[in-house]
Amino acid sequence: MERKEKNAVEMQGITKTFGKVIANKDVNLELRNGEILALLGENGSGKTTIMNMLSGIYYPDSGSIRVQGKEVSIRSPKDAFDHGIGMIHQHFKLVDVLSAAENIVLGRKGAVTVDRKELNRQVKELGEKYGFDIDPAKKVYNMSVSEKQTVEILKVLFRGADILILDEPTAVLTPQEVDKLFAVLRNMKADGKSIIIITHKLHEVLAISDRVSILRKGEYIGTINTKEADQQKLTEMMVGHVVSLKIDRPMVEDKKERLKVIDLTCVSEDGVKALERVSFSAYGGEILGVAGIAGSGQKELCEVIAGLYPAIGGSVLCSGTKEGHEVMERIIGLKPDEIVKKGISMAFVPEDRLGMGLVASMDMVDNVMLRSYKNKKGLFVDRKAPQELSEKLIEDLEIVTPGVNTPVRRLSGGNVQKVLLGREIACNPSVLLVAYPVRGLDINSSYKIYDLLNEQKKKGVAVIFIGEDLDVLLEISDRIMVMCGGRVSGIVDPEKVTKEEIGLMMIQVKKDDEEASV
Amino acid sequence: MSSIKTEQQVPLVRMVKRDTITQKKTWTIRAVAFVCALLTGALLILFLGKNPVQAYMDMIQGAFGSSVLRQETIKVAIPLLITAIGISFAFKMKFWNIGAEGQILLGAIGAGYWGFFWADRLPKVILIIVMMLSAILMGGLYGLLPALCKAKWGTNETLFTLMLNYIALYMIKYLQNGPWKAPRSSFPKMAMLQPEARLTKILGVHWGWIAALLLVILAWIYFNKTKQGYEISVVGESNNTARYAGINVGKVFRRTMFLSGALAGLAGFLQVAGCDFTITETTAGGVGFTAITVAWLAHMNPYGMLGVAFFIAILERGCNQIETTMAIPASVSSLLIGIILFFMLGCEFFINYRLIFRGGKEVSHA
Repeated sequence: MERKEKNAVEMQGITKTFGKVIANKDVNLELRNGEILALLGENGSGKTTIMNMLSGIYYPDSGSIRVQGKEVSIRSPKDAFDHGIGMIHQHFKLVDVLSAAENIVLGRKGAVTVDRKELNRQVKELGEKYGFDIDPAKKVYNMSVSEKQTVEILKVLFRGADILILDEPTAVLTPQEVDKLFAVLRNMKADGKSIIIITHKLHEVLAISDRVSILRKGEYIGTINTKEADQQKLTEMMVGHVVSLKIDRPMVEDKKERLKVIDLTCVSEDGVKALERVSFSAYGGEILGVAGIAGSGQKELCEVIAGLYPAIGGSVLCSGTKEGHEVMERIIGLKPDEIVKKGISMAFVPEDRLGMGLVASMDMVDNVMLRSYKNKKGLFVDRKAPQELSEKLIEDLEIVTPGVNTPVRRLSGGNVQKVLLGREIACNPSVLLVAYPVRGLDINSSYKIYDLLNEQKKKGVAVIFIGEDLDVLLEISDRIMVMCGGRVSGIVDPEKVTKEEIGLMMIQVKKDDEEASV
Repeated sequence: MSSIKTEQQVPLVRMVKRDTITQKKTWTIRAVAFVCALLTGALLILFLGKNPVQAYMDMIQGAFGSSVLRQETIKVAIPLLITAIGISFAFKMKFWNIGAEGQILLGAIGAGYWGFFWADRLPKVILIIVMMLSAILMGGLYGLLPALCKAKWGTNETLFTLMLNYIALYMIKYLQNGPWKAPRSSFPKMAMLQPEARLTKILGVHWGWIAALLLVILAWIYFNKTKQGYEISVVGESNNTARYAGINVGKVFRRTMFLSGALAGLAGFLQVAGCDFTITETTAGGVGFTAITVAWLAHMNPYGMLGVAFFIAILERGCNQIETTMAIPASVSSLLIGIILFFMLGCEFFINYRLIFRGGKEVSHA
């Protein structure tokens, strides 16, 4: 038998409640010295909560925490640091106008003056030790997301943390950046650091971790060695039952052009070009995936097409019916209601579901009629048809709700999305725009959404799927359009492209593509 | 050991937003708040050396004691109720119209013009109708102004409407001192309306009460059953959602604020032609602000406003009474109203939130 190694962290019987919500119930967790432990669970399973208790942001209702074998009480992030624990949060906490090095020493006790030269040297040295590529003098506002993350990690390391917690560190990174990060994590592990990485992406768990602990609905399910795990097994532990992980991609013959975007250009509120000569076509019977780093113009693209955001150049044509014939209508510059009046049925599931797609405080009936209440003549609204539609949606889409009269903000994320998508599908669109449709959803709801989108595709709808998870996009899309800085860096066939190639396109527009799109 | 530390960590009181609350509990909280308010008020009266029980009895007497007193109470409630309904139009849209005071005055001016100068030239029915329409139009336009600016330039409606109140007040002062000054009067004041320009009484009170009751029903239908009412709710919740649904947000702002101001204008007309029979600087008399309390306490529900408006009217009339019968200073009786309203508004906090004290014991209200 091998020598029993001392655990870096042991958490036992940790329970934490927020009001009536039990975030963690009797959770046990062990982090060994010099290992990478993946903490896996669906959204809302309590991963971040348990780590926040380790890093001093919350205090557990009950249970004990041991660090290097000694029982400790961690009441603030400072306590956590004193025990060598540092957490890198999902949302960065950096001062924009300061440089990387300044952010790193910020809040540290010591002399009043700072020797910047010496400091920059130290930071550079620390970075090189673990394989970070960093310019200590660079200001945070000039940094990319991955650079900011590097600063956060260095901040923690600089303060001498031996135990690092990373909350969903890959959510904002391109595949290349993920590889780089993982290389750094391996270096840190080799240096004897212990690392916990919070994630819900299975392939990352398998790629980086030594062991994986699984939480489900706030409860601790178990820990297994990564070597003995596969995606199927992990999913089953995470969800609690067997699920099929394959996303269908049905083939549809007879594809008709439904939406044509030509040289579309628009500026953001700060006057920067948010879209630059974007051109593409979407066909009925296909799902066009749109990939790109967050903020590459996806939001503007959707909103310009849906008539919510002004363009400064280019055109958008959408297929509609005029006198019984199918024609392409110019819809650029039209308001949403004017688009409807043209006889064009375009559905849009925005990114901000409760802030744009739905009215949070209203019930399902009132939300379902949001897009159709104008169709009826007269002064009064008709709630009978929407009520029937709501009941039908609840049944067809398996929406879990106390009733059609419950405010939608009380529903869970997955059910909110089903209400929204259900309403949009119910208007029989010819084009369906969906922005990040499965963000924040659990696995079951996500697959239900994929099924619904595929159903629409089979009905001949042109589906445009703005996504962030490349694995999903590669599986579900018929074509993938990659965006970078408001431009289209290419439209590719998911069968013939690798994730890495898409990742490259996400960060640079290839010269020849640029010329090709002119 | 760890449990001791937990207690140190947990603050003494925490607030947690409630998910749902039963009707029964809501009313219990309100009742408790009301009793607390009465007790606090009693302390104040005791402090003056008066008998609080006597004071409260007198208040009820003052509001309901005789048919004349009852009619007076109703007269106070009418403009409050109508203005509150007007305000709720804007508030439902999250457009913070605190300019009802000015809109009432503009309504009064609109009615006054016809009342003062056309009374002998028009038949009574026509005169009253013209006065009413003119008041509605003037109030509505005065409400429309901030909406136009908000829709066009994104101005802050709260400051805008507040300032308009002062402008309206100075308009009255100007008219009093100049063009509309009563002939043969040495004071800057306007004349009294001739009988032709005064409202007919029904059951002892001018017919404004019927209008108010009708408006309660109409407003409820408007909010809950019409497309325009639905649009107000959508815009109030999120301008983005409204745009997404193809609603012209600016248009809804303008239309709703016109209606909001128009109702305040109507209240001004009723006040001039039904109660005061003239226009003074106190024609609005704070009704535009009290009506905000009414709308808020009733959660923008017209039927609720009916109840709350009466409640406040009873308080005001009651306080009037104890000022005379018990020689309680007007400032103290105003304080008394303030205390009661403070408790009633404050208890809404306990309806929306519950408190958790250290040690886990949960308390639903104070």
